[in-house]
Amino acid sequence: MTSRTWERFTPGQRLARFSIYLASVIALVVSMRTVQIVPEFLYDAPAQMADMFERMWPPDYAYYPGGVHEALVESMHIAGMGTILALVMSLPVALLAAKNITPVPALNWLARLILVSSRSVNTLVWAILFVAVFGPGALAGTIAIGFRSIGFCGKLLGEALEECNKGPVEALKAAGAPWPSIFLKAYWPQVSPAFWGITLFRWDINVRESAVIGLVGAGGIGMALDTAIDLFRWTQVSLILLCIFAVVIVAEIVVTKIRQKII
Amino acid sequence: MSAAITRRAFKPNWLARLGWLAVIGYCVLAFWSLDITWDRFVIGLENGAKFLGSMIPPNFERWKLLLGNLLETLEIAVIASAFGVALSLPIGLAASRNLMPTWATWPARIVIAICRSFHPVIFAILFVKAVGFGPLAGILTLVFASIGFIGKLFAEAIEEISLKPVEACRAAGAPFMSVILYAVLPQVLNRFIGFATYQFDANIRNSTMVGIVGAGGIGGTLFAAFQRFDYDFLAAILISIIVLVMLGEYLASIVKAVFND
Amino acid sequence: MTSPSNSGNGGGSSRSLIVKDLVKAYVPGKPVLKNISFEVRGCSTVAIIGPSGTGKSTLLRCINRLIDPTSGTITVAGHEITRLSGKDLRLARHHVGMVFQEFNLVERLSVIENVLCGRLGFVPVWRAWLRKFEQHDIERAFELIDMVGLTEFATQRADSLSGGQRQRVGIARAVMQNPDVIMADEPTSSLDPKTSVEIMGLLNDFSKAHDIPVLINIHDVNLAKRFADRVIGMSLGSIVFDGPPAELTDDHLKEIYGGEDWLS
Repeated sequence: MTSRTWERFTPGQRLARFSIYLASVIALVVSMRTVQIVPEFLYDAPAQMADMFERMWPPDYAYYPGGVHEALVESMHIAGMGTILALVMSLPVALLAAKNITPVPALNWLARLILVSSRSVNTLVWAILFVAVFGPGALAGTIAIGFRSIGFCGKLLGEALEECNKGPVEALKAAGAPWPSIFLKAYWPQVSPAFWGITLFRWDINVRESAVIGLVGAGGIGMALDTAIDLFRWTQVSLILLCIFAVVIVAEIVVTKIRQKII
Repeated sequence: MSAAITRRAFKPNWLARLGWLAVIGYCVLAFWSLDITWDRFVIGLENGAKFLGSMIPPNFERWKLLLGNLLETLEIAVIASAFGVALSLPIGLAASRNLMPTWATWPARIVIAICRSFHPVIFAILFVKAVGFGPLAGILTLVFASIGFIGKLFAEAIEEISLKPVEACRAAGAPFMSVILYAVLPQVLNRFIGFATYQFDANIRNSTMVGIVGAGGIGGTLFAAFQRFDYDFLAAILISIIVLVMLGEYLASIVKAVFND
Repeated sequence: MTSPSNSGNGGGSSRSLIVKDLVKAYVPGKPVLKNISFEVRGCSTVAIIGPSGTGKSTLLRCINRLIDPTSGTITVAGHEITRLSGKDLRLARHHVGMVFQEFNLVERLSVIENVLCGRLGFVPVWRAWLRKFEQHDIERAFELIDMVGLTEFATQRADSLSGGQRQRVGIARAVMQNPDVIMADEPTSSLDPKTSVEIMGLLNDFSKAHDIPVLINIHDVNLAKRFADRVIGMSLGSIVFDGPPAELTDDHLKEIYGGEDWLS
């Protein structure tokens, strides 16, 4: 009598999974051996960190009105305007990337290339580029945030567009409606909840990003942070970090509340 | 139908109108307070054209340096992802309020919140001050960034699971770890792998950047090229970063496909 | 090519549909529609019956060019539309109203907005965007909503309606276009028997009221016999029966559908 066995995975699947485990382990081992770390620094690290925290406490609250407040507000504006800029730029790219809206493969590919490039280059790197073009200040920062966000918003928006129910689109096409009207009345009502959700999500991330782009000169609180670090004013550094933390937490609470109301 | 009785087809949505007015008003206010003027923008565009001109064609002469840096970037990402994923599993578990008592969830949630709220570059600066320049700072930075990201999403995923299998395992007298292994993990493993692959991808992107503050990887070379006005080399670096990131995304999608059954 | 003004004046010959030698082959050499020819004029409810896969849906979608025919001609209200493309095709589609099996409403919009979508081909985009439809359009939409019995639902969201109610909105939307022909692709397949009878009755009423030919794809033969004044039976892509329902015998049905068990 043959016994029946049960296997969770087919042999092919097992091989694939094992290969990935193996490859990951190899990658890890190779990396750890080739990366250049001075072990002494690693062992020294806890002591160094303790020393640093000691110097950072207590935070210099008095510094806030003069050195921090304006810069913080500037960062918030950069985040807000950058997100709005990104929305305006990413909508057309998302339309081009959605296969059901633009059935031209070359345009789809171009749109996806734009989205991938935007996502691959870090906000900080975009900030460096735009500081070179527009000079230091908030203009460079706003555009950097905008350009980085195109990839994020455009990809999610394009996916939402591709998942639209085709039925109403067919109905409006059969009624002889022009394409812009078909978009407004059949596609847009379906994607608009996703659109606003993506906007909020990205704004939340942009609040964090705009806080640090000042480190390369693109405006906002990052510039104050940069100054404080360069001058070794650790108590100011800790104040700035606390402010950033507070702003990020508040932004998250706001986003969560709005999400709960809309969805 | 009497002309006096006209029915309204669309009620005017005052909330939406107010919202749009507020957005436009805010844009005007923000532009003014950020001192963004049309002139600056136009001058910038001219600059930009010059800038773009000097970036083309990209200069790959120093490809050995480029490759070495890219490898270091990849190494930082791999090591940080491995340790970050490994650490975020227990921390995320500890942060889930439906399984753990408050003495475990509160510290875990605070750790995760701190890791998430700060941009990785801030961690990078602090770690560079603490452990010196080089990839070690970068690795530590990305470990913390990974804990923040994966930890939060993992905790949320665990909080969404059905507790019935957990109940069943506990009723059968299973020890704690077994309950986790058999009742909790199967429900969340797919999502955890999704988060882990996403974070690996993000770590590749982030590790290209932490070098700007001295934490190792290609970011340092990039910033140096920028400061020396080597814009054509800068273009080469940017292109290789994009290629590296796309490669990472591709690998991540393979891993997800294999493990998502 | 100029399209006739969509003024809504009846006239038996202006509301007509002529299909001649229509052939559609997705794969060359294996036609799904084989030389379909028929004519419909004026006030008339035509039921097209036949088994699944015999090309009924393809036929309907070839008529308004949602699918392109391989050969043959289609003439709506005196205008041949088979060769049109681009803007001309879009304008020509105004003459053919369509009702769908899955209703195809925009769920998040209100009933009245869905009905007004029937006019999207006639209003400029800015009016559609800002919802500033002209007063006569809005009044006509309310009229149609009253006629299909959904007066109290006019400003409710479409997804709060039942299946039968949604199909009524679909019919109102199609009539809103002021078409010369109405086509319904299995309008009752997603509905319960009582609602199906109501919907078929509604389509019949509109045909009589506006003197428009109505083509209905349907696989419930009893409904077809009850409400249609002409039945077209299709089998394997060709028309095998074309006449009044009284002449539709069991032999004909056997030929169309094959098998006997399902015959009551």
